[in-house]
Amino acid sequence: MFFQKEIETMPRSKIRELQLERLKWTVAYCYENIPFYHKRLSDAGVTPDKIKCLSDIQYIPFTTKADIRDTYPFGLFGKPLKEIVRIHASSGTTGKPTVVGYTRHDLDVWSDCVARLCTAVGTTDEDIVQISFGYGLFTGALGLHYGLEKIGATVVPASSGNTQKQVMLLKDFGVTALVSTPSYALYMSEVAKEMGVSNDELKLRLGLFGSEGCTPEMRMQVEKGFGLFATDNYGMSELMGPGVSGECEHRCGLHINEDHFLAEVIDAQTGDVLREGESGELVVTTLTKEGIPMLRYRTKDITRLHYEPCACGRTFARMEKTTGRTDDMLKIRGVNVFPSQIESVLISLENIGPHYQLIVRREGYMDTLEVRVELIDSSLLDHYGALEQMQKTIKSKLHTVLGIDCKVSLIEPKSLERFQGKAKRVIDLRGQGNA
Amino acid sequence: MTINQLSVFIENRRGRLAEITNILKNNEVDIRALSIADTKEFGILRLIVNHAQKAADVLRAEGFTVALTQVVAIGIDDRPGGLAAAMEVLRDNEISVEYMYAFISRAEDTAYVILRVADNEAAVRIFTENGFKVMCSDEF
Repeated sequence: MFFQKEIETMPRSKIRELQLERLKWTVAYCYENIPFYHKRLSDAGVTPDKIKCLSDIQYIPFTTKADIRDTYPFGLFGKPLKEIVRIHASSGTTGKPTVVGYTRHDLDVWSDCVARLCTAVGTTDEDIVQISFGYGLFTGALGLHYGLEKIGATVVPASSGNTQKQVMLLKDFGVTALVSTPSYALYMSEVAKEMGVSNDELKLRLGLFGSEGCTPEMRMQVEKGFGLFATDNYGMSELMGPGVSGECEHRCGLHINEDHFLAEVIDAQTGDVLREGESGELVVTTLTKEGIPMLRYRTKDITRLHYEPCACGRTFARMEKTTGRTDDMLKIRGVNVFPSQIESVLISLENIGPHYQLIVRREGYMDTLEVRVELIDSSLLDHYGALEQMQKTIKSKLHTVLGIDCKVSLIEPKSLERFQGKAKRVIDLRGQGNA
Repeated sequence: MTINQLSVFIENRRGRLAEITNILKNNEVDIRALSIADTKEFGILRLIVNHAQKAADVLRAEGFTVALTQVVAIGIDDRPGGLAAAMEVLRDNEISVEYMYAFISRAEDTAYVILRVADNEAAVRIFTENGFKVMCSDEF
């Protein structure tokens, strides 16, 4: 199903034409209206007339989260506040949040983009959709909210928290689709079970998940927990919020709304643009944004791009599910470790729960990784041998994938923290004195 | 002729035993025997109680991982060599013990041994044949 079929199935040549036209507009708009970009572009010797073809984008300097922070709060806005109708900010865990602003036109584009990806996974005006993202400065909730209203779905703005009530609403309202982080959906399904609410009593058929990465294995757990079809969408407040890209029913990558975003993948170290299919950091340029346009924004998310048309008929480029973030990457004894690699191993194991925690310590000059998992299989309790064997199995599987040894700790069920927003599963204690 | 034993997975954290025993107290479960084996990080608490199924249910409801296993309980003479006699029988019949624990009873001259072996039926038969008293649940 399509929300804007003509655009979503445009021939590639037309997409590139449109992107070039809009890239020229965006560069000129930034150059003329935003002192920060004027200086940045001038320093790099890029004037708007230098952009003749799409690959000329490589001459434009990158923009980072730090640039947004340094110009806090409104320094990167392209319009006076009189024309800004909404402000959002990212969950800045360190220091000042990153602030973004939207013109009325931006909000309209935003809800179109979200409406497209909701429609692509089969959401219709028949659906009752519960949004269990926290409402507020965070873009997730309101982004999905307006997109879903646009397609005529019945929106239940449940926000996050009070999980028992969330389950009650799912059941009593006959909610058919759920918007949340995958980890919160998983927790909600646990709570539903504790409350004695079985999947037969629920009408949930569709999950629209986002705001945090999740491995295919984790996704299967969520699907099993609620008996629904789980789909991913992707975005970030710096670029717009949710709606940058999303899966279709075929789930073979996330279609990027290329009429509004120009995506590149770069080598995170050298900054070189990589070819189609090569894995690297996603860099996105907004093509129509007025409130806070972004030139070559470094997302820190790691993915690959594919340009061949999808079975669904969409011609927009697809990005693979992100496999981690450049800043998620743990360097343990010199080895690059992504938490998603560990998650894939853990979730494939039957005797432990889907929740986990990774603790990195420095002991002497040595980094150590502890993987904490919840033991749920009571049949292993009959003798120690079985428990030890399981620890060994996990250890050796992790060693195969990561190439390093780690310590595996079995802990009691439900003793790891459950998350209502983005899960925080990594605790890095290095550099904290005698950690 | 076997009895129900609870195995509870517990992390080595302060207060966990107090929590478990309080849950049992609040549900009026009486503990007959217990054994705890531990490693540095976690332990397995093994319990013989008056209402095994109920105890398992309430502990599971509180989020514990609990297994119910059938084990063999025998009565032995409470005197030097009492346990040795029982072990000899097992040795002679090639039955190996995975774990066991013992406690003395209210009766002065008897002690009880709880045994986890691979083949309960064989152990019960052999103990009976050799004159040991094999206990059933209501005898505790």
